[in-house]
Amino acid sequence: MSFAARRFAQAVPLLLIISALVFALIHAAPGGPLSLYLENPNVRPEDIERLRRAMGLDRPLGVQYLAWLGAFVRGDWGYSYADGRPVLDRMLERLPATLQLVAVATVVAVIVSIAVGILAALRRGADRATSVLAVAGLSIPVFWFGLVLQLVFSNTLGWLPSSGRTSFSGGGIADRVAHLILPVTVLAVAHAAGWSRYLRGSMRLALAQPFANAARARGVGESRIVLRHALRHALLPFATVVLLDASIMASGAVVTESVFAWPGLGSLFTEALAKRDYTVLMAFLMCASIAVVFLSFAADVAVHALDPRTREDP
Amino acid sequence: MRVRVTTAALAAFGVLAALILVALLAPLIAPYAFDALDLANRRGAPSLVHWFGTDELGRDLLTRVLYGARVSLAVGLVSAAVSVAIGVTIGATAGWTGRWLDGLLMRITDAMLSVPRLPLLMIAAAILAPTVPLLILLVGAAGWMETARVVRAEVQSIKTNDFVTAARAVGATSRRVVWRHVLPGVLPTAAVATTLAVGRGILLESALSFFGVGVQPPTASWGNMLYQAQTTMGSEPWLGIFPGAFIFLTVLCCNVVGSALTDDASAADQRA
Repeated sequence: MSFAARRFAQAVPLLLIISALVFALIHAAPGGPLSLYLENPNVRPEDIERLRRAMGLDRPLGVQYLAWLGAFVRGDWGYSYADGRPVLDRMLERLPATLQLVAVATVVAVIVSIAVGILAALRRGADRATSVLAVAGLSIPVFWFGLVLQLVFSNTLGWLPSSGRTSFSGGGIADRVAHLILPVTVLAVAHAAGWSRYLRGSMRLALAQPFANAARARGVGESRIVLRHALRHALLPFATVVLLDASIMASGAVVTESVFAWPGLGSLFTEALAKRDYTVLMAFLMCASIAVVFLSFAADVAVHALDPRTREDP
Repeated sequence: MRVRVTTAALAAFGVLAALILVALLAPLIAPYAFDALDLANRRGAPSLVHWFGTDELGRDLLTRVLYGARVSLAVGLVSAAVSVAIGVTIGATAGWTGRWLDGLLMRITDAMLSVPRLPLLMIAAAILAPTVPLLILLVGAAGWMETARVVRAEVQSIKTNDFVTAARAVGATSRRVVWRHVLPGVLPTAAVATTLAVGRGILLESALSFFGVGVQPPTASWGNMLYQAQTTMGSEPWLGIFPGAFIFLTVLCCNVVGSALTDDASAADQRA
């Protein structure tokens, strides 16, 4: 069996455990998914009974789980309690905004952390300064950072819009970029903090390897050694770390999108949370977890394909 | 474990100790009573009378930050203890017993690590509407996975040592070997994990409260003070700046102490 197939076979039970966890979580609510209606005096007990039967909530939990899982795999994610529309539709219309925000933030964080990581690996002063900044970046509460940036750059200086993806009137490139700057900064900072320290470490290791000395002995210039030899060596584990941080990125997106009213999946999640819209919450958690599992699968397979040292001896 | 004391780590430790002391003594040192209203000074900016300003009911913000410290620090410290206790138990069990139990526990750990922590906790908190003690348990139950993985690896390496074989040869029970010979070796790791978990617990509590599903008013925590402040950041920024700055400071100190311990633990590994 190929490595990818074996690795995929590991991901499937993982996804099953996750799905059982998510299902159990929602059904742990007193009254289950219908708890919202139980608190509503306008909903009569017989209505609740009817809903319970219509949604299959009177069946044994195991049966419900299998039915839900089967429907989920087929793309039938149920209907939002809030507006009655299919959950899949609501999520698909929010997906582009989130992909845009997360992609831009990831690219920015990667570029910043490569630059900072190399600098910190080479210069002692830069190492000190950036390590302080990195601890700060890892410690700052994301939502508070967002609020402070809004206060400074939107409310006080008036340089940047505080929320949304575009202005009501315009939708030009400059307008879209202006709306991206603050949320991308907030989302990128925490990641750049962790990733730059990681890259610094692997650059240090790479530069101490015999091949770096061999290149020096051949008279290769120091900048070429750093950028061509050592960076190439350090980038693959770095890419893995970036992909494995998808889970933290998802948590960060939820917070960032709500603070900046970014119309993506993260703010759909917090809206659904306020309305206790469990079908949406469940679908979000499943999708985010599947994305995390898939990216870690992709990271392993890519490393296996690109780095011969990780393959076991034939 | 020998701790190499750096200035930064010492300062961070001092700040944490001071914060804990201030939280414990809040009723004695707070300038006002917890729920005292100063109706003449509502939405007041920071001044000599009210150092951190006042909120929409005229309550003194410094007083509320001091009382909020009690809740936020308690959640951070106790949830860290909970998550490390769970992590060490699961990690040590998996590493010591091996075979199918190891496989099962590690699959569950992987699964828990794949579910984004904050949304998971937000749903759990929305469903359970937890009191503060239950919230501590929830935050603790969401943070054990990293510890479990590291502890499992450590236990696996410790149990191959000759002193473990020797202890078993003289007839020590498994329980005794684990408690007396294996777990003490895990202590440095557990110390680092605890320090980092305190910071993470405070961040998680504040995020949950910020979204209105964590600590509920009238109990004050730094997170729910931010929740109440977020709509008025433009007009009364002090209401949001001070509680958030205290979260930042506390988590920063935990991470500085944690990373000093990490450096030392890895230095100790190299000496050994």
